Amino acid sequence: MSFYERMMNLDRRWVYLVIGVVVVVTAIWSFAVPMYVTPEARSVYDFVDGLVPGEVLMIGVDYAPEVMAELHPMTYAITRQCFAKDAKLLLCCLHQNGPGMVEQVIAQVAEEYDKVNGIDYVYLGYKPYPAITILAMGQNFRIPFPEDYYGTPLDSLPMMRNMTNFDNVKAIINISGGSGTEYWINYANGRYNAKLAIGVTGVMTADYYPFLQSGQIFGLIGGMKGAAEYEYLAEKAGYISREKDQLWASKSMPIQTTTHIVIILFIVIGNVGYFMSKRKK
Amino acid sequence: MGTAELIWNGVAAFLVLCIYSFLYKDNPFYKFAEHLVVGVSAGYFAMILYYNAFLPKLIHPLLAGQWWYIIPGILGLLMWARFSRKYQWLSRPTLGFVIGSGAGVAIPLYLQNYVIRQVHATMLPVGFTSWPLITNLLIIIMVFCSLTYFYFSKQHKGAFGAAATFGIWTLMIGFGAGFGMTVMGRVALLAERVVFLRDYFAELLSALF
Repeated sequence: MSFYERMMNLDRRWVYLVIGVVVVVTAIWSFAVPMYVTPEARSVYDFVDGLVPGEVLMIGVDYAPEVMAELHPMTYAITRQCFAKDAKLLLCCLHQNGPGMVEQVIAQVAEEYDKVNGIDYVYLGYKPYPAITILAMGQNFRIPFPEDYYGTPLDSLPMMRNMTNFDNVKAIINISGGSGTEYWINYANGRYNAKLAIGVTGVMTADYYPFLQSGQIFGLIGGMKGAAEYEYLAEKAGYISREKDQLWASKSMPIQTTTHIVIILFIVIGNVGYFMSKRKK
Repeated sequence: MGTAELIWNGVAAFLVLCIYSFLYKDNPFYKFAEHLVVGVSAGYFAMILYYNAFLPKLIHPLLAGQWWYIIPGILGLLMWARFSRKYQWLSRPTLGFVIGSGAGVAIPLYLQNYVIRQVHATMLPVGFTSWPLITNLLIIIMVFCSLTYFYFSKQHKGAFGAAATFGIWTLMIGFGAGFGMTVMGRVALLAERVVFLRDYFAELLSALF
């Protein structure tokens, strides 16, 4: 096997080893990464920032622990910004392994901002079959969720007294690690014309840009980079703080940077090997 | 970090290392962690479903005298017939109901939101006088050429072939963007776990010494 052929057929374990070393070294000796905020992430931030006290924002948290790294920072940052603006939050979960995700965020952030369940926020809980649940919520939140996650009837919660359906929320932000987003676009926006923005994993981001261009969603937070952009804006405005260890995605951005450089180098090595071995033949 | 948290995070750190050991080769530690994840997820899902759907949507209404809830209950029970070769035909009414109602709800909305509104989004003003008008023109050309590539009733030759080739390049740009974002997503998961391990071992060392 020639040198160039070897470049093309590198044992994948070498790739893992180099990436592993680079990731660990960057994690130990970190550095600041300059941040550029994309318009699609900024539009979500600006919308939440424009909420006036008392207005209701709905967040659909549709992800499980395996994508926490990318999506949990978004949920935290949006929740903190929302509570800092004294806006009210309505949360629901349409992913079977996600109810704990919402509970973790809301319990922590509500305590930070001294917010009360039923008055400042309501967590509707989880129901299976996202399409049917969203369609039912479009008619009345009480159809799929007669009680909140903690078993309290919705009618006895002060925040829910004047709330019927999506018409009573300013917008919905769906944070999803799977097909949940598709349902929100198709049913909440498509059927009920609800104002919708999304936060999705990096893998999903490219698939949802057409919906941004068509106006079906008004904002898109894409993966860890999108979450870091949101954190950057929220930190600048003072909603979250580095000292309190509230910037989660931003902490991992130096690792993203160095790892991408390594991956690009491996792609270059593979391509050089391919073209040079082709030339030799 | 208290002692209990230190122990539980230690378990989490051990399981993370078990999973990553697969990068070298398959081994019993990886198998153990993998099976644990699958088992815990399935168990958690079963309980969530029981308390959030089965009890409030079937058992509680039945106990409250709303007898008509027995109909979806029976339809649900019939689905278990799928496990028997002899009686699996019994599940057909349930499947028919699910497919029929699902298709009835989904098809018009999917057509509206995934086809018509996307086609509408390509009906844009074009020109050469400003950058947005030029990008609109590019969008239209790229969509047209990409669709040309998928037209197989005519040989891809001449002007038609050139359009199809441009369509392939357009698709490649899309795949490239998708690949880049996928790499970012996978690295994000690794980065978060490495940061977790770093913080845990720092806490562990400071607790020990």
